[in-house]
Amino acid sequence: MRPKTLVLRTAGTNCDQETAFAFELAGATAERVHLNRILQSPGVLDDYQLLAIPGGFSYGDDIAAGRIFANQITHHLRDALRKFIDDGKPVIGICNGFQVLVKTDLLPGAIGGRADAGGQSATLTHNDCGRFVDRWVHLSPRSNKCVWTAGIDPLELPIAHGEGKFVPADESVRRALWDNDQVALVYSRPDGSSPQGRFPDNPNGSVDDIAGVCDASGLVLGLMPHPERYVSFLHHPAWSSSPGKGKKMTGDGAGLKLFINAVARAASGVGSGI
Amino acid sequence: MHLQGRHSCRPSRALAKEGDASVAPTNAAHDRYNPRTMIYRIDVRTIEPARSSSGESGGDPLGEAVRQQIREFSPSVGRVSTRRIFLIDTDGEESHVRRIASELLADPIVEQAEFVRAGGGGDNGSSHGSRIEIHLKPGVMDPVAASTEMAIRDMGLSVREVRTGRAYLIDNELPREQLEHVASRVLANGVIESVHFDRFIPPQFETGREYKFQLRHVAIRNLSDDQLTRLSREGHLFLSLAEMKGVQDYFRAREREPSDVELETVAQTWSEHCVHKTLKSAVEVCDESGKTLRHYGNLIKETIFQSTQELIANRADGFCLSVFKDNAGVVIFDDHDAVCFKVETHNHPSAIEPYGGSATGIGGCIRDILGTGLSAKPIANTDVFCVAYPFEIANRKSQIANLPKGVIHPKRILQQVVAGVRDYGNRMGIPTVNGAVYFDDCYIGNPLVFCGCVGLIPRDKVKKEVKAGDAIVLMGGRTGRDGIHGATFSSAELTDTHADEFSHAVQIGNAITQKKMADVILQARDRGLFNAITDLGAGGLSSAIGEMGEKVGAEVHLDRVPLKYAGLRYDEIWISEAQERMGLSVPPQKVDELLNLAAAEDVEATVIGTFGTPQRELILNYRGSEVGRLSMHFLHDGLPMPTRRAVVPSSQRGTGASPVSSTMHGRGARATDLKERLLETLAHPNVASKHWIIRQYDHEVQGGSVIKPLTGPLQIGPSDAAVLRPKLDSFRGVALGVGLAPHIEDPYAMAIAAIDEAIRNVVSVGADPSKIALLDNFCWPSVDDEITMGTLVRACEACRDAALAYGIPFISGKDSLHNQFTNSETKEVIRIPNTLLISAMAVLDDVRTCVTIDLKNRTARVCLVKPKDETLATLIATHRALASQIAAGRIAACHDVSDGGVAVAAAEMCIASGLGMIVGEDLMSFDEPLGSYLIELTDVEQQHAVRAAFDGVADVIDFGLVQHFRKLTITTMRERVTEIGIDEMTQAWRGTLDW
Repeated sequence: MRPKTLVLRTAGTNCDQETAFAFELAGATAERVHLNRILQSPGVLDDYQLLAIPGGFSYGDDIAAGRIFANQITHHLRDALRKFIDDGKPVIGICNGFQVLVKTDLLPGAIGGRADAGGQSATLTHNDCGRFVDRWVHLSPRSNKCVWTAGIDPLELPIAHGEGKFVPADESVRRALWDNDQVALVYSRPDGSSPQGRFPDNPNGSVDDIAGVCDASGLVLGLMPHPERYVSFLHHPAWSSSPGKGKKMTGDGAGLKLFINAVARAASGVGSGI
Repeated sequence: MHLQGRHSCRPSRALAKEGDASVAPTNAAHDRYNPRTMIYRIDVRTIEPARSSSGESGGDPLGEAVRQQIREFSPSVGRVSTRRIFLIDTDGEESHVRRIASELLADPIVEQAEFVRAGGGGDNGSSHGSRIEIHLKPGVMDPVAASTEMAIRDMGLSVREVRTGRAYLIDNELPREQLEHVASRVLANGVIESVHFDRFIPPQFETGREYKFQLRHVAIRNLSDDQLTRLSREGHLFLSLAEMKGVQDYFRAREREPSDVELETVAQTWSEHCVHKTLKSAVEVCDESGKTLRHYGNLIKETIFQSTQELIANRADGFCLSVFKDNAGVVIFDDHDAVCFKVETHNHPSAIEPYGGSATGIGGCIRDILGTGLSAKPIANTDVFCVAYPFEIANRKSQIANLPKGVIHPKRILQQVVAGVRDYGNRMGIPTVNGAVYFDDCYIGNPLVFCGCVGLIPRDKVKKEVKAGDAIVLMGGRTGRDGIHGATFSSAELTDTHADEFSHAVQIGNAITQKKMADVILQARDRGLFNAITDLGAGGLSSAIGEMGEKVGAEVHLDRVPLKYAGLRYDEIWISEAQERMGLSVPPQKVDELLNLAAAEDVEATVIGTFGTPQRELILNYRGSEVGRLSMHFLHDGLPMPTRRAVVPSSQRGTGASPVSSTMHGRGARATDLKERLLETLAHPNVASKHWIIRQYDHEVQGGSVIKPLTGPLQIGPSDAAVLRPKLDSFRGVALGVGLAPHIEDPYAMAIAAIDEAIRNVVSVGADPSKIALLDNFCWPSVDDEITMGTLVRACEACRDAALAYGIPFISGKDSLHNQFTNSETKEVIRIPNTLLISAMAVLDDVRTCVTIDLKNRTARVCLVKPKDETLATLIATHRALASQIAAGRIAACHDVSDGGVAVAAAEMCIASGLGMIVGEDLMSFDEPLGSYLIELTDVEQQHAVRAAFDGVADVIDFGLVQHFRKLTITTMRERVTEIGIDEMTQAWRGTLDW
């Protein structure tokens, strides 16, 4: 049976269709559901095995990117989401979805010196360059724990955001993220080395070049780059230089692997009665 | 991080004081006005992040960006830090406000919230330095405030109203006049914002006053011609005397005076902006001696429209589904879907408030697409800006040292119009994929802002029809006093007093309101919940409902329109240009389902009347009284259309296409050294890379991106056209390109050059000329004189001739006239150059055959394709031959020759790929011929096939060889003369607009 994905959308969500498409390509089904429906009956979540909070500008990034949506989750949906994760179901927050999850206490979660503090343990804030940037970046996977990125090769993905600079609350959180294997993806140079925070390879100034983090369970991934924008070879900026270019060309993009990983996990969960 | 927690972290005196500051209601003296009013002010500021791996810039990137901007005006400016200001009117307890501050408004990791007390009692230790605060004027749309109110309620707390502002704290003390200069030139827009140099906490929020209804009439039946003219101007009606007399006659026949709202309705409906009366007028075309050359009964109809009709009649594929009648032109995409395209201008609002002007420009164009047929899904945006040179460049006198009064600096205009398109397009989730920037000093007081939008629509949803008995549903944003008179204002020329006189004509947008509405509309379309839809743009309800009800009549109850604030008069409700609204014609049995669907996604939708009246009239009611009744026939067919005269001098009667002048405005051409000249040309603003703009736009959202605006392995090469796949499970695609050539004085040649460029752009990536559709956008100065009218005629004729010769139809168009600026001090009139923007949209069968401009193979041959002559027949034959060769896979890279000639094209192909080229000096030309391309052959063995394809049409000249050395090597017959490194070229090309 194909696992069911809930693609959660609200005012200003705008990557929901291509995110749903990526899950379908990866072997799941996907439904785009408005937040209001979940707020009315949080039990709806039980019908799904995967959850995605897609990119966009929920509530226009008003106050701060993801803040208002996160506020809604914190005050109305926290327990339902906690249960979803505790049930072993994968969750992904892409770009604005990452901003939303980070501004709740779900991602990276209680960690380091913030283990008992509640609330946010990290944040995503304005890019060092001070404006919105759309460009492709090189990424290296770093976590064995994260179900989404496990076993993938270094890859390229596009970013498109104004508030993507990842900042842990303090040094203890930063260290714990590494120690707990929760750094899922880092920005890198084309040769795989660290850009050391420098533009453009690190497009926003993120601490330790962090592009994506997972929670302690490895089920919840948040990342600024858009894996759903690289599910076909045609998405890559240099596809037209590929040898063998022409009408017979086919092929996936490297971003699809993240979705395939999670769908496989969810499918095994479906089989075992989760 | 909680407010109180700051003591232990940072025991600085100032912070401690601030933490201790008692939270007091502001300004107790004002409590007598409203004893319940309690406005708290919270400032949010960035603190050093926990750890910055780069060690650079930490702190406040926004403040740093602002400092860079200020530095151009005040070189001594010190560090700038920013504050976001929230003014919260609540009767909740102080502890609640503290929770709001720490849990909602300030990020706990990188920000800190501070209470600020009225009177400026020491809060954040900024006793030295300077402060500029900017607050929105009352009534101006404040999306952040609205979201904040919602979020506070989500927290279970009460709030009456929130308003927001921002503060800039400058480390050093700047003189007051410098602060005022910086505030007005860089930071604030006086039209919508107020500036303060100390801490601003209003005693209470101003609100609208309840409106006391009083029906007003305007006596016009007995006015003299002079009086009618004065009424037209002073009432901001902008109708000609003949038109005013037409209105006078109508009401004389009915033996009554018009109400104000009736007069406004006629003015809006008959405005140049809505009815395009100049291009639709009858024209007698004469030579200099007054001899009649030809006559048009309706200029645009008998030139451009007619060429499209002829082309439709002559092609069997039914490519054009809807042309020149709906919001946008519609052509076939595949068996199931169609694509539509519309380009709009928003020039005058952008001159006064560039950010709001361009944002609402793109927002309005997106609504055009949402209102095409039974609604199309917006899939791509385009934008083209024409502005004055933003800085002094070599060899030319600039206007900017001596900016005319009332004119915004062109750099600020460009930055702000880009920001407007960026913020609106990105928030709507529509990729902005193609565009252009064109610099000419004549745009100094009247910049041009073109915004385009492409939509995807099922072919069975292209037709719409308002049915009598349908409910009129108004959906989306609320109605305020925004943009009143936008339609009439845009038909008037700009003077430096306009900013004050017409400040209310500026509209402010909220992209998320529109995104929500679009989500609902597309679902409602698929459920078949409405019979017709249109956008509310210029003229607001008056234009939209007047237009929708043209065939059946409409009755509207203006008091049912949801308002942003109290106090709007009935006529203001009717003509308001508040953004993000659509009008729908809904069958009575579907009304509930539609309203429920909207409510489920927090979108406001209201029934405000009914379509269909016995006499085909427009009937307006307010609180039970009839305030207006006009015959639809008079409104739509009553506009007097006098015959205009146009003079076409013999010098402009040729049908040749050869441009002589250059995009460089003749500059940079003096350098004798080839290297110097190439680098200078690459750095010219009209040629230089626009990456600074492109990278701020999300050009990949929706996941359909195939050829991005910056292309090649290094992602820096300038694509000729953007290509996208609107349907993710299909290889069919859409290519978009633009052309414009305002530097060519001859209007006919100018139009041909623009058309050819737009077509070259899409053919370069692989478009088949038989699957291209064109859009025209005319931006002209005043056409009050016969010579200028003549140039308009010639441009229309060129469009007709090119369309017929190329077999490529125009499917939609728009015009904006009166684009000129009068300096009130010198009385100098600065007219823009006649500017015809041509946008091309091509449907691609399989995007996998597309090519990009970057060189692919280290040993390949590059050829110059040059048409044998510049007749239209030869040009189109060249385009077709190239398209066939790209489709056959024989071309590895292709770049059209345009601004800066073949020399720049060759350089850009190197820059895009990082590969070099060896070229003969005699071929390195800066001329800008039509129909030419540089192509890289996939395989030298196929060159005979390629040459054969162009046989008799174009010369295929051996131009150069690709080399792996990273340089452009220019040789003569005798010896190597010049080497230019790719890095050097890249730097020149990317450095100019690297803002």
